[in-house]
Parts: sequence; C-alpha cells; structure tokens
Amino acid sequence: MKLDLAALSARHPAARSGAAPALRALSLTLAEGEQVAVIGPSGAGKTTLLQVLACALPPSAGTLQVAGRAPWSMTRRALQRLRGGLYLAPQVPPLPPRQRVVTAVLAARLPAMSLLASLRSLFYPHDIPGAYQALARFDLADKLFERVDRLSGGERQRVGLARAVMSPAQLWLVDEPLSALDPNRAAQALTTLVTVARERGITLVATLHQVDMALAHFPRIIGLRDGALAFDLPAAQVTPERLQRLYAQHEHELLGAGGLPEAAPAEGPSPVVMHCR
Amino acid sequence: MNATLAVRAPDRAPDRDPAWQGRLGLILVVGVLLWPLFVATEFKPWVLLDDRSRQVTAGFLASFLPPAHTPDFLWLVAQQAWRTVAMATAGMTLALLAAVPLTLLSTRVLSISALSGRMAAGPFWLRQAVRAALVVLRSVPELVWALIFVRVVGLGPTAGVLAIALTYAGMLGKVYGEILESGEAHATQALLRNGSSRLQAFLFGLLPQNAAELTSYTVYRWECAIRSSVVLGFVGAGGLGQLMDGSMKMFNGAEVMTMLLVFMALVALADRVSAGLRRALG
Amino acid sequence: MSDRERSSGPSAGPPQAGPHPLGGSPGVLAGRGAHSHAANLPYRLPPPLLDLRSKGSWFIAAVLALVIASFWSLDLQWAQFLSLDAMHSMGRFIGEFFPPEVQPDFLQRVAVATWETLAMSALGTTIAAVIGLVLALPASRLQTTDPAWARLPTRWLLNALRSVPELVWASLMLISAGLGPFAGTLALAAHTGGVLGRLFAEAIENAPPGPAAALRTQGVASMPVFLYATLPQVLPQLMSYTLYRWENNIRAAAVLGVVGAGGLGQLLAFHMGLFHMGKTATVLGAMIGLVVLVDALSYAARRWLTR
Repeated sequence: MKLDLAALSARHPAARSGAAPALRALSLTLAEGEQVAVIGPSGAGKTTLLQVLACALPPSAGTLQVAGRAPWSMTRRALQRLRGGLYLAPQVPPLPPRQRVVTAVLAARLPAMSLLASLRSLFYPHDIPGAYQALARFDLADKLFERVDRLSGGERQRVGLARAVMSPAQLWLVDEPLSALDPNRAAQALTTLVTVARERGITLVATLHQVDMALAHFPRIIGLRDGALAFDLPAAQVTPERLQRLYAQHEHELLGAGGLPEAAPAEGPSPVVMHCR
Repeated sequence: MNATLAVRAPDRAPDRDPAWQGRLGLILVVGVLLWPLFVATEFKPWVLLDDRSRQVTAGFLASFLPPAHTPDFLWLVAQQAWRTVAMATAGMTLALLAAVPLTLLSTRVLSISALSGRMAAGPFWLRQAVRAALVVLRSVPELVWALIFVRVVGLGPTAGVLAIALTYAGMLGKVYGEILESGEAHATQALLRNGSSRLQAFLFGLLPQNAAELTSYTVYRWECAIRSSVVLGFVGAGGLGQLMDGSMKMFNGAEVMTMLLVFMALVALADRVSAGLRRALG
Repeated sequence: MSDRERSSGPSAGPPQAGPHPLGGSPGVLAGRGAHSHAANLPYRLPPPLLDLRSKGSWFIAAVLALVIASFWSLDLQWAQFLSLDAMHSMGRFIGEFFPPEVQPDFLQRVAVATWETLAMSALGTTIAAVIGLVLALPASRLQTTDPAWARLPTRWLLNALRSVPELVWASLMLISAGLGPFAGTLALAAHTGGVLGRLFAEAIENAPPGPAAALRTQGVASMPVFLYATLPQVLPQLMSYTLYRWENNIRAAAVLGVVGAGGLGQLLAFHMGLFHMGKTATVLGAMIGLVVLVDALSYAARRWLTR
C-alpha cells in the first residue's frame, strides 16, 4: 500500500491545546512493498506516526494519502474497508488475557469475515492449521491452545507478531516489536517479519529502539526527533555521527538500554459492587 | 547465532480443537439441566398470547394511562410514601443497634487470644455461634418475618419495622464483619497488644479506618430497605405496598401507575443520595 | 489581651474568645497587615461540633431528624409489643410451631414446592442474564468517542425494571400469566434483568480498552469487536454477578408464592392462613435449608470460576 504524507502535523489525542504537536510538518512517501524502520529517541513521535498512518488519529494539519486516497474524506464504510487492509501492532500486545492463543491469532482475520462466520469461529476456530503455521514461524507452535495469560511477556509479544502474519493486511505498522525479546529471538522475529513482508509485497513500517537491528534488516531508515524528520536515508548511509546527533541527550537509548519494560497483562477490573443482599 | 534457535520444522498441524468436546459436553449438560426447570415452572410463554389473557392484559394496560391524579389520591400516595420511608428508616435504625454488637462479637480482628497464635476454643465457638445466628437472620426472607409478626402484633407498621430490623441486622452484621476483616488490622492489633480494651481498639483503630465504607454500605442498605418496606406492605404492614395491593386487586390500573411512578421516583432519589454520599466519602 | 485588641479593630463588636466562625482572627490580622507584631498565627481552636458551614454536620442533623420523625410518625405500639401479655402470647405462638409436621405425604408436597421454588429462581436468573446481556450492549459506551444514542433510554428502562420489586412484578404478571410459578419466573426475570443489565453495562464500560481498540483500528464491526475483545475479558465477572443474584433470587422466589406465584411461599401463606403452625414450621425449615443450600452452591461456583 502506498503512503503519502505532505506537511502533516498531528496532535496527541490527550494533549492540552497549547502543547506542541507530536508530529510537525512531516513529509514522507513510501512506495508499495517497501520496508522501512523508524528510529529516534522516546518522545520523538514514532507511535503517533504509526497511529496517523493507521488512520486512527486524524491529522491536525497537512494531508495524508493511503493507497492514493485521502482516508479522512472517505465515507465511513469505505474507511472501514481501508482499515481492513492495514494492521497496527501496538507495543503491548492487545490480547485478552483469558482468551486462547488460537482465537487471539485468528482474530486478525476478522475484517475479512462475515458476522456469522466470526460467531461460528468463536465456538470452533475456523483455521487451526493456518494459525499453527503462523505461530510456527515464531517458534510458538506448541502454544496453540494455551491461554494468553499463561504465556510470558516475550511469548505474548511473538503471538502479537504472529497475528500480524495472519492478517489479510497489505500494510503492517509495527510498534516496538522486540522490546520484550532477548537478542536471539529478536533477530529471528525480525527476520521472519521482513521475509514474510517481502514475500507478500506488504509495506512494512516498524519503529525500533534497537538501532543495530534496524540497520541490519531494513533497507531504509527514517530518523525522527521531536516530531520532525531528522533524516530519511538508505541504511548504508546512516553513519554513527548521524545517529549521535539523532539521539543527542538520549545516549542511553542508543547504547541499547532502550526498550521499555513490558507491561503486565491488564488485570480484569475489580468489581466494587453493592448488592441488595 | 541462528543454530541455537533454529525454528523447528513444523510437525503436522493439528486440525481439531481439543477443547471442543468439553464445550459440547458442557452445552449438553446445561441443556439437560434446563429442561426440567422449564417443566417445573410451568413455563408456557404461549399462555401470554392466548385470547383470554390478551384481553385481560390489554384492558389492564389500557387502564394505566392516564395515571390517577386527583389531589386527594395524590395526597394519600404522598402520606403512604412517607410511611414507607419511615418504616424503612426505623427498621434500619433498629437493625444498626442490633448489628453493631453482633459484629463486634463476631469479628476475628478483635480477638485477644488470637494475638499470640491460635484463637482459644471458647472465643472461637462464640464467634462461630454469632455468625451462625447472623446467617439464620439473613436467610429468612423479611416477608416471612412480617407474616409472623402480623399474627402477633397485628396489622400495621410495627410488624414491618421488626421484620426489616431482624433481616437487615443479619445482612449488616455479615457485611460489616467482612469490611472490618478485609481492612488493615495492624493498628487495631497494636492497640490490643498494648492493653487497650476491645471496645477502645474498635473505636480508635477499626472504626476510623473503615468508617467510609461502613457508612456508604449502610446508606446503600437504607435504599434497599425502602424497597423491602414496599414489599412488606403487601402482607399488611401498611405504606405504599398495601395501597398498591389494594389497587391491583381492584384492577385499578390508573392508581397502580401513579404509585409505580412515585415509587420509581423515590427509589431514584434514594439512589442519587446514596451515590452522592458514596462519592463524598471518597 | 492583645488578641482582643486586634479583634476589636475594623470588625467592631464585642471581643470574642476564640476565632469567629465567619471572620477568623488571621483574616483580621491580615487586614491590618504591616501593623501586626505576632511572630506566629494565634492559636485556633478546633471547629465546633455542629458548625453551620460543615456539610457533615448538616448531613448528621438531617439523618437524626429523619430517624426521629420516622419513629414519631409511625406511632409504633411498643408498649403493646413489650407488655407481659404480648410476651405470653408470643411465647404461646412460638410454641405452636413445635413439633413441626413430618408426615410423609406433606413432606412430599413440601419437596415438590421446594423444587418448584428452586426451578423458579434458577430459570428466572438465567433468563435475566440473557435479558441483561442484550440490554447491556446499547446501555454501555463502547469507546470514548461512541455517541451511544441508545444509552440513556436503555438506562432508564433498566432502572424502571429494577426499581419495581419482584413481588410487585409478580402481582402484575399474575394478571396475564395466571396463578402459578410461571408468573413468578417472569417477575424474577424482569426485576433481575434490570439489575444485571446495569451491572453488565458497568462491567463492559470498565473493561480494559486495549484489545478492543486494536480490533477497531483494523476496521472490524462493533459486534465482532465485542465478542472477540470485550466479552472474553468481562465474562468471569458477569457470571459472578449472575451467581450472586441467584442467591438473592432464591429468597425472593421463596416468598413470591405469598401473592400466588407458586412454590414454598404459596404453601406458607396457605397454611399460615389456616393456622396450621406445625406445617408452617416445616415449610419455614425447608425455606431456610434451600436458601443455605443455594448460598453454598453459588459461593462454590464463584470460587471455581476464579480459580
């Protein structure tokens, strides 16, 4: 899916009206089937960029074109169809704790299923071999029928990536896919992602804190700092000086201490109910 | 690097959901359990749609509007509504007077023998006995108490007040006990260890800590008590319930509608007060 | 002495001993600004217990007034109740309960009525859970940007359903459903449906939003989002609420029979009306036993759910 941003500014949904926008006059073009890594210090606006590209956050200025069309001037139905063609993988995998892995992974197919089919799949998963294959790519095939809350943080993150592989999307927006994975597993997961994306011609945009992984696996690197574009270069041209300038005052993130601590799966709300008995 | 973590060649993919048999079994069991329930309750929804029933229902529903609004009747409804609220308040007050000592007797936190290891046998069985008494008080529906008291003291609000007092004493006692035991016992135990009496430990340790929760639960219960006192009116305890019973027996839909509306407004008001108080207490 | 001098400055008036509730010496001192010589603020006594400004004291005063007015207006016959005569008649009355009737065919009737009551409560609660779930969806705001037009009307409907007590519903249902446990089941379903609907809607609104937001970003419609993201998270809580209401409904079902809705209540009212105290005692025993049984079952089920 082609992506076009022209002088785009976006505001965080919860920001105060006087605060600086999270993205400032960003201009970017991505061709179909490109794989791009977005790097930068925390607070640079990487997550906001992904949300804007996922048509989840309307821009406050500038234009956005996805697959050649402006998403925010479409009808609601057309926008929903467009959304079905993309997949946003948040940093904390959005998996309901008591659901089984097979159902969680197959939920990625929901945009392509009718209501009746989705209801039936709730009772009996409709594509067990497919889910198995997707999980096997991330070495999780044996966890197919486990409950999500019985998995470790790294395993849950890989299930989130397997969900992306299962989805019918042509645009993958992946936010910090490696934050809970050890270096071996991280390299494996990233290789898998990039390989599958190349096989299927999927446009892949991934934000990463692990700069060395980004340089090793992605042909194009975008650097963001304070909501503005710092550089947009092929990986070979990203020199250590450029990186130093990008991460000025945030050196600890450059040295690999980045990666936010994984969030524990959200507990269910504790009932504070008064009953009449 | 990759040799240590080579992706295992996938075995043959499973094509059956292992949980399916369990689910199917559960559905069958639920179905088998539900069928006798339908039979035992004579659950025949088509009865609602047969001619005679439809006619009577239609006639009754038609008489609901417009609701009765003569000034005399409205004044009567207002008086009975006040009686209902008064019955609930008086019942709750008596219930509180009974529940507080029972709670103090039954709570483990105030046990002195438990400060140094296991609770002694005597106090333990006393506490169990008090809890059993609270369970019995809770288990008997207040309507049954009301029926019995009506026989003894005659028709009127006394029977209702006593019925509410007994049942709600059980409920309040149980929940107060739960609230006291789920709070932090540290301060209270420190007081007990240093020689204060149980009552002092309660007043200076337990009560300040749990006052907000206890109060908000009590106010919530008062709102439930108002609903209960309407129900008790049906067996002769007076108030809005008795009036409604009379009007229903006469198929006077208009009066019933007015009373339902007044009652709903009363409950909504009490609900608002209770929610506001719970918010204020934090 | 110096306090009094200061207090009787701009706010003329008799010298007061402690801080004036409406003025307060510090204010007066501040007014005099640079002329004050105190190194620290004057000692303030704690506010009086019943202070005009304190909302707490107004509330306590209102509660006391309500309680006193209730007792006074009801004109309860305490003397009559606590007199020796009344004690004797109460004692005699309780004596009539023993021995409880244990004849086999009566016990069989009681067993049938117990089963009927249990079925009424179980079926009524189940139907109420279905009604509650169906009504909870329009009654909840599924995301912060959801306009949820149907939310307020559905909440009013749920409040109307739950405000009316089960007994009143039963009297109303008797008119269309006739005497018998069917009316009782419908009454329980209606009232509990309102209660559960509100509880379910609150649980749905408080569910963690992450999984649902992710599915919505993919363009999935509301119903599959609910089924795949919200429901798995709140289902244990919903079942726990339903089981808790079953405990309440068994007590309600036991007494709905008093207005003619079948079960133990009908048996109780019948025999009490004929002054068969022995039989009444048996029915009461069955009621208590049933309530304790259902309480235990419900507690065990709730523990099993959250294992």
